[in-house]
Amino acid sequence: MPRFHGQSNHAPVDIVNQLQKQYVDYLSSLFHEGVLDDQFTQLQKLQDESNPDFTVEVATLFFVDSDKLINNMAAALERSPVDFKQVDADVHQLKGSSSSIGAMRVKNLCITFRSFCETQSYEGCLICLQQVKNECAVLKDKLQNLFRMEQQIVGAGGSVPLMD
Amino acid sequence: MDVGSAGSSSHDDPVLPLLPCRSSRGRRRRTLVRKFLLSDLSHFSPFPQMSSAAESQFHVLAVDDSLIDRKLIERLLKISSYQVTTVDSGSKALEFLGSRVNDDRSSSDSLPSVSPSDHQGVEVNLIITDYCMPGMTGYDLLKKIKESSSLRDIPVVIMSSENVPSRITRCLEEGAEEFILKPVRLADVNKLRPHMMRTKKLKGQEQEQELQEESVTHCEVRSQPPRQHELEIEQSQQDQSQQIQQHQQQKSGNNNKRKALDVEEGLSPDRTRSRYNGVATF
Repeated sequence: MPRFHGQSNHAPVDIVNQLQKQYVDYLSSLFHEGVLDDQFTQLQKLQDESNPDFTVEVATLFFVDSDKLINNMAAALERSPVDFKQVDADVHQLKGSSSSIGAMRVKNLCITFRSFCETQSYEGCLICLQQVKNECAVLKDKLQNLFRMEQQIVGAGGSVPLMD
Repeated sequence: MDVGSAGSSSHDDPVLPLLPCRSSRGRRRRTLVRKFLLSDLSHFSPFPQMSSAAESQFHVLAVDDSLIDRKLIERLLKISSYQVTTVDSGSKALEFLGSRVNDDRSSSDSLPSVSPSDHQGVEVNLIITDYCMPGMTGYDLLKKIKESSSLRDIPVVIMSSENVPSRITRCLEEGAEEFILKPVRLADVNKLRPHMMRTKKLKGQEQEQELQEESVTHCEVRSQPPRQHELEIEQSQQDQSQQIQQHQQQKSGNNNKRKALDVEEGLSPDRTRSRYNGVATF
C-alpha cells in the first residue's frame, strides 16, 4: 500500500474495531449454531507468524477430502449390492477429519450416518448423504465468509481476535 | 535454548568452540564451516551421534493415514519445538525406523564395526500413531515396536477418535505410554515430553561414558553431525515423507535373513540402508 506523507497505511481505528466486532459476532454465531466447536479455536491457536495460513490450509484440505469422500459414498450407494462397509469406512474418515477441524454439525451427521451403515439402511444412508453434502456446502460458505473477514481486518491493519 | 521454531532452519548453535563469533554473519559462516566439516568428515569413519540431552531436539515420528490429522499433529509438535517426521502408514513407519535397526544388525552379525553404537540412522524419541489405520493398525505397529529389541525403548503413544475402554486397556498393556483421544490438542502434546526426557536421559548416560573414552579433539567435531541432521531433516522432511510414500514395502517372501531382532518383515536391510544413508549423512 502506498504511504503518503502524514497518512498511516492503517484504516481508521473505528473501522478496524468495527470489522473486528463483526468478525467476533459472526464467529460466535457459528459456535452458537453448532456449526463449529472448540476444536476450531484450537486450530486458530496453532496459527502464528511462521504459519499465518494454517487454519485456511487445514480447511482447504478438509473440503478437498470431504468432496472426494462424498463422491465415493454416492458411488458406493449407487452400486448394487451396496457395500455398506465401504460407505461406513468413508463416513468414519469424514467423521475424523470433521472432528479435527471442529466442524461439529458435519461430525454429528456422520455419527448418525454410521448407524445407518451398520443397520444397512439404504434409505437412511441416502438421506444422511444428502444432509452431509448440504452441511459441508454450508460450512464451506461460512468459513469462506469468515476467512474473508479475517483478510479485511488484516488488510485494514488490525489483528484477528482470538475467541476463548 | 532455542530448539528451533516451526519452519525455521537457523539454530543457535550453543557450542562451537572453533568459531566463537556470535553475530549473524558469524552464524552464517559457522553454518558454512559446519557443512564443510561435515562433508569432509563423512568420508571418514562415522562418528557416533553425540549430543547431550540439552543440545538436540526431540524427534517425533507421527503415523496417521489421514492427511488432515498428519498436518494437525505435525503443527502441534512443531509448535512444541519438536522435530517431526510424518508417515501415512505403520509399514512406512517401520521402514523409517528401520534405518536405525541396521546398526544393531551389524553388531549382532559380529562384524567388526567402528563403534558399537554408531548411529547413521535418524534417532526417534517418540512415536505417536493413530489407532485406526488400514492394513497395519496402530496397535499392530505398537506390538512390532515392542517386539524389536532396538525399537522397544522408544515410547509409543496411541491416538484414537473412539473412546473404547477395551481398546485403551489393550494398548496400555501392550506398552503404550499414553492413549490420546482425538482431536489432539496442545495440552495432550505437552504430556509427551516426560516420556521423551526419560529415554533421553538413559541415552545421555550411555553417551557420556563413550565421551570419556574418546579424545577431546573429536568431541567438538562430533557434536556437529546431529545439528546438521536436524537442519537437513527439518528442511527435507517433506521430501522424506514423499520418498517414504513412494517406496512400496516388499512382502515377506523377500527377507529370509530376518533375525529375531529385526522388526521389519519383508524389508531388505541393505535397500533400507542405501535408501536412508543419504538422508542421514547430509
